[in-house]
Amino acid sequence: MTDTAWIDAALTSARPQAVGALLRYFRNLDAAEEAYQNACLRALKSWPQNGPPRDAASWLIMVGRNAGIDDVRRTRKNEALPEDEAISDLGDAEEEIAERLDGSHYRDDILRLLFICCHPDLPATQQIALALRIVSGLTVKQIARAFLVSEAAMEQRITRAKARVAEAKVPFETPGAIERSERLVSVAAMIYLIFNEGYSASGDTAEIRSPLCEEAIRLSRLLLRLFQSEPEIMGLTALLLLQHARADARFDKEGAVILLEDQDRSLWKKELIAEGLALIDKAMRHRRSGPYQIQAAISALHARAEKPEETDWTQIDLLYGALEIMQPSPVVTLNRSVAVSKVRGPQAALDMIEPLASKLSNYFHYFGVRGAYLMQLGRNEEARVTFDRAIALANTSAEAAHIRMHLDRLMRDSKAKPAKVAK
Amino acid sequence: MLYAILCYHDEDLVGSWSKEHDAEVMKKLAVVQEKLTKQGRLGPVARLLPTTAATTLRKEDPPLVLDGPFAETKEQLLGFYIVDCKNLDEALDVAKDLGAANPGGAYEIRPVGVLNPGSVTT
Repeated sequence: MTDTAWIDAALTSARPQAVGALLRYFRNLDAAEEAYQNACLRALKSWPQNGPPRDAASWLIMVGRNAGIDDVRRTRKNEALPEDEAISDLGDAEEEIAERLDGSHYRDDILRLLFICCHPDLPATQQIALALRIVSGLTVKQIARAFLVSEAAMEQRITRAKARVAEAKVPFETPGAIERSERLVSVAAMIYLIFNEGYSASGDTAEIRSPLCEEAIRLSRLLLRLFQSEPEIMGLTALLLLQHARADARFDKEGAVILLEDQDRSLWKKELIAEGLALIDKAMRHRRSGPYQIQAAISALHARAEKPEETDWTQIDLLYGALEIMQPSPVVTLNRSVAVSKVRGPQAALDMIEPLASKLSNYFHYFGVRGAYLMQLGRNEEARVTFDRAIALANTSAEAAHIRMHLDRLMRDSKAKPAKVAK
Repeated sequence: MLYAILCYHDEDLVGSWSKEHDAEVMKKLAVVQEKLTKQGRLGPVARLLPTTAATTLRKEDPPLVLDGPFAETKEQLLGFYIVDCKNLDEALDVAKDLGAANPGGAYEIRPVGVLNPGSVTT
């Protein structure tokens, strides 16, 4: 690695553990962050000369804790840091801390840190921004770029989130089993939000926003390493890997959406798919199904099909059926209808989504999917009206462009055989 | 004499590498491997998937399946197999057969990400 790149990587990977432990000491997010920043400054000074410590996280915790205590003692700010000799007896202390980190603290520290970021008082956008800043250590500039907002706006969002967290009482005692599993559920949901923030980007911004997907995968793997036997965390990690594997195939050069069945499957990342499939295998052995596992299993069936026509739609239909029971939502039913249209035809699919009309009256995908079924049934005039509605509701220009493609095809068809226009 | 060179590193750290850095490292390693290949000295090279994808089989009676990598320090790495399996269950079946033939200790079952079969023969 060149110059200080290895230090950056070491600091990034040690960050959740170090900030998590410092938060336990100081019980204050700002103090923990500042202590960590101080430790990083020391690392940048000391590591290039002395080489990296064996356990970077322990080193940072130890130095950060001392720096934080100094800060508390000091009345005035901006005073020079104590000389490096003051921290020269790191050897023994490092060992002592390393031992403690092996214990359960380590796991709960990181979980608490993540959990604080997804405090229920915070709106989703603030949760994500806070987690990326505090846990992942992305700069405000990087986060602002990924969210397509100005740096000042993002700075404000994070400051507000921190203020709310400071007001809220976060328990610092070691959580009990129930509390721990509740935290795990919230944290998993937040990681999924981070991923979706990147995944739902349109073609022209997908590349800028893909770090969000990568960061979500990193956090999800971290969480799984802490909770190795949680099938839903395996499912979540698998889901993110399998979806992200398709990233390079999802948009054309103009940034328009390429549907799953039209994607060049040779662009799918095989290694991510292999990891996702391995995790699904592991999760299934527990026979404790959950929404992430089912969604991952659906994704896995797509990933396993080398050609679209090899897709096991019957199995996908069944999995969506199970998801509908577990997590009833009109969007799940809408997604299921796509599998139904493949297995039992467009009329069955249309019948299935008809009752959703009022609930999804402002949902772009509802009209996109409905229009496609109508078109397949030859009810072109109704399809055209439905597609017009979809365009009006499109969230991105890529979505609108995709529907326009259908409309163009409709126009051509109705010119060729005008008698085919329904009713 | 054939030597196995086993690779250890901090997984969090390697996982924090940027795509570019990862590719750069792989490229540098490929140069070294290329040299060994030309000399006919390189055997199989594997890059394993992260430990989160690992499962451990304790070779007890009955065998005990645990999530995660092998984490004991009492036992030492004595050998390894690379087996082609449809899924984890099939891999576990193979491991159980091997375990029945040689009880005691454990097997860690880890999917292989990249495999270069190499060309060396004894």
